[in-house]
Amino acid sequence: MIKSMKLKDDSTCKEMTMKPVSRWIVLACAICMTGSLVFPFWKITLVAPQYPEGLEMFIYPSGVRGQVNLINGLNHYIGMKAILNDDFPEFKVLPYWLGFLILTGIVTFIVNKLNWLWIWVSALLATGIIGIIDFWRWEYNYGHNLDPHAAIKIPGVTYQPPLLGYKQLLNFVAGAFPALGGYMIIVPGILLTGIAVFERYNQKKRKYALVS
Amino acid sequence: MRQISNLSWIALPLILGTAWAFTGCKPKQIKDIVEGDAAQKVYVAPGKYDELYMFTSGGFSGQVSVYGLPSGRLLKVIPVFSQNPENGYGYSEETKPMLNTSAGFIPWDDAHHTELSQTNGEIDGRWLFINGNNTPRIARINLVDFKTEEIIEIPNNAGNHASPFITPNSEYVVSATRFSIPIQSNPDVALASYKENFRGTISFVKVDKSTGKMSIAFQLLAPAIDYDLSHAGKGPSEGWMFFSCYNTEKAHSLLEVNASQKDKDFILALNWKKLEQYLKEGKAKDVNASYAHNIYNDRTHTATSTIEHSVKMMDLKDLADVAYFIPCPKSPHGVDIDPTGQYIVASGKLAAVIPVFSFQKMQSAIAGKEFEGTFDSIPVLKYEAVLAGEVQKPGLGPLHTEFDNNGNAYSTMFISSEIVKWEVATQQVLDRIKVFYSPGHLMVPGGDTKKPYGKYVIALNKITKDRYLPTGPELTQSAQLIDISGDKMKLLLDFPTIGEPHYAQGVPADLIRKKQIRFYKLEENKSPYVTLPPDTRVVREGKKVHVYMTAIRSHLTPDNIEGIKLGDEVIFHVTNVEQDWDAPHGFAVMGNNNAELLVMPGETASLSWKPQKPGVYPFYCTDFCSALHQEMQGYIRVSPANSGIPLSWGLGDDTHISKSNP
Repeated sequence: MIKSMKLKDDSTCKEMTMKPVSRWIVLACAICMTGSLVFPFWKITLVAPQYPEGLEMFIYPSGVRGQVNLINGLNHYIGMKAILNDDFPEFKVLPYWLGFLILTGIVTFIVNKLNWLWIWVSALLATGIIGIIDFWRWEYNYGHNLDPHAAIKIPGVTYQPPLLGYKQLLNFVAGAFPALGGYMIIVPGILLTGIAVFERYNQKKRKYALVS
Repeated sequence: MRQISNLSWIALPLILGTAWAFTGCKPKQIKDIVEGDAAQKVYVAPGKYDELYMFTSGGFSGQVSVYGLPSGRLLKVIPVFSQNPENGYGYSEETKPMLNTSAGFIPWDDAHHTELSQTNGEIDGRWLFINGNNTPRIARINLVDFKTEEIIEIPNNAGNHASPFITPNSEYVVSATRFSIPIQSNPDVALASYKENFRGTISFVKVDKSTGKMSIAFQLLAPAIDYDLSHAGKGPSEGWMFFSCYNTEKAHSLLEVNASQKDKDFILALNWKKLEQYLKEGKAKDVNASYAHNIYNDRTHTATSTIEHSVKMMDLKDLADVAYFIPCPKSPHGVDIDPTGQYIVASGKLAAVIPVFSFQKMQSAIAGKEFEGTFDSIPVLKYEAVLAGEVQKPGLGPLHTEFDNNGNAYSTMFISSEIVKWEVATQQVLDRIKVFYSPGHLMVPGGDTKKPYGKYVIALNKITKDRYLPTGPELTQSAQLIDISGDKMKLLLDFPTIGEPHYAQGVPADLIRKKQIRFYKLEENKSPYVTLPPDTRVVREGKKVHVYMTAIRSHLTPDNIEGIKLGDEVIFHVTNVEQDWDAPHGFAVMGNNNAELLVMPGETASLSWKPQKPGVYPFYCTDFCSALHQEMQGYIRVSPANSGIPLSWGLGDDTHISKSNP
């Protein structure tokens, strides 16, 4: 039974280093994340009777690619705004922000200080959460702000695409899933959160001696 | 009365018995000879693909039809020599030049033999060639998009029947004339002067290795007889071309009788490698000729027609060691070379045997000068010296032979209406099967190449009579699919064809399917009239009004046009700006003395219209493209010639008025 804890090590996290295994995982994760600059984050597929092979749209940090023109062509029937890269300020910033995050990871590896790890992981998690909220917000806007003069109008029906998973939108089954680049940031994100928790726990263990 | 009835008791069984005895002797009609699992063998489930493509000539339809085998499903009709209102071929401004000839625009021909391009004697799936028989032409179809890409006219030819048979590496497609004609500066001669003034010609048309573009390499002046069919040597006989010849009697009237007098006519063996050498040595003369050469460009989506003025000509009389006649019984029709290239099978239409000649024996006979004489200065080899053997009692009216991959040959019997299977090496008949009725050509997939695919033979029948539900006096021709995978041939299926299926080619589907394009890329569209949004516009050039229009689901831009005057020619240049698979748009305007356009995604096509009176004319998309296809429509207003209505156009709220040319 723990009765009290005694301060054992009085160095702050500014001075404390990561365990070697954590440090190398940090580097590996930073390198892995560079893949998200090259490969798509997210993949949206649309399958309909007329499109048995499906239409595909890929979301990269720098913009959307794939059969976007075709999807825009079809979306005009329901009055959905055309998806144009120029409408997204995010695509202009995101590659640089990602690059910055990757660099921060490499610096964390080099300086090997716990406070860097806290900052980096927090920044990653914040980016992820804000990114998902932002993505959802765009989808909401595309799905709800429809041209009142559209050819196809069904009262009460909106066309917000799914964030993750499948959803029936009129004749289309829309699917949204992370793509390779997405996994190259999600997997390191989970791993690094684990590392952070582990290091935090370890830090406490190092700092305090347990007195039974 | 009683006596009579008693008599009848005796007489009736007697009469019936006698009648039975006679009718019992009557051969059974073979009506339903399909057996066992035929249905399973040809059933291709919905959504599944066929095993093979079959390309058959449409005969007098002038087109090529494409079927899937073994299902016999019609996949497409490719317009070649005939106008096709269905998709505007020969009607659109871009495709009209394809049907140009030295005699002007000809909207039809009689298309006979399909021939796929080959590499090393095997089908390579790049191009399909077909001959126009009536106004001598050869067409080339690109198998990436199933479009006719080139048509070359063959001058000094009259009835391009022995064509377009191809050499093993697609070096040449040949063209020998069925009709001999006077070939001289003044062809206005008496028909009775046939023997003095008429000549045959044989043309070798070069096929460019990379582009497939055709050019007449050289023409040969040949004896004044009828050249019927042909096939190229391969393997040991590569470098030779064989032609069947009839009317060696040189008749010019009542050929039915007058060209059937001699016991033997000829197979002409031509050494084309040697002819190439003579050409290089400068033995050919440039001779004036006039012939059209039409090329469709898949970037500009436009055909051009050029009239060429000269051919290189050599006279077989002046050329030693290149041409030999092999005597062949009774007006030979098909001349077919087995896959090994060792045997030449010729079918005398009226002969009781099918002679099989040996290429090796032919060479020995040439070396040993075993000639029985000359015909028009060409040596005639001794029949026995060249003969490998004869197929005895094959049937009546042998016409054509194809081969499988196991050393067997299959010959059609036109008169006895059957296909006969025999072994090439021994000439022994192995099997026979009835077909319905009167087959002309037959086709084993790859059966005229070094590597037959085998498995099936398809009979291409001239007569169907009672085979299908009747459709008045004009009945369909048919194709019959026969399984040749076992010892016994088994009829699996028959199906009606478009026009008359002369020859056909079959090829495993993957070779063609995998390289199909789905649409034309807009960025590669180099048509002078290509229109991309927002450049849709209407431009007046004197009495010509050009409408630069786009089509996309589900509107035409512009869809309201005013300011057209009576006497104008309106040309709609429609660009389908879709970049999607199976998304064509059609275009038609009311009262147009023309057909419609069917514009593929990424393509530009133009339709000319000369309005006849003032009014408002609707135009619309003719291909049900989308849920709002019926809304894909517009109006064009035509005003009197002296009206001052300015040229204007628009779509929805976006309207434009021409400032420069009212």
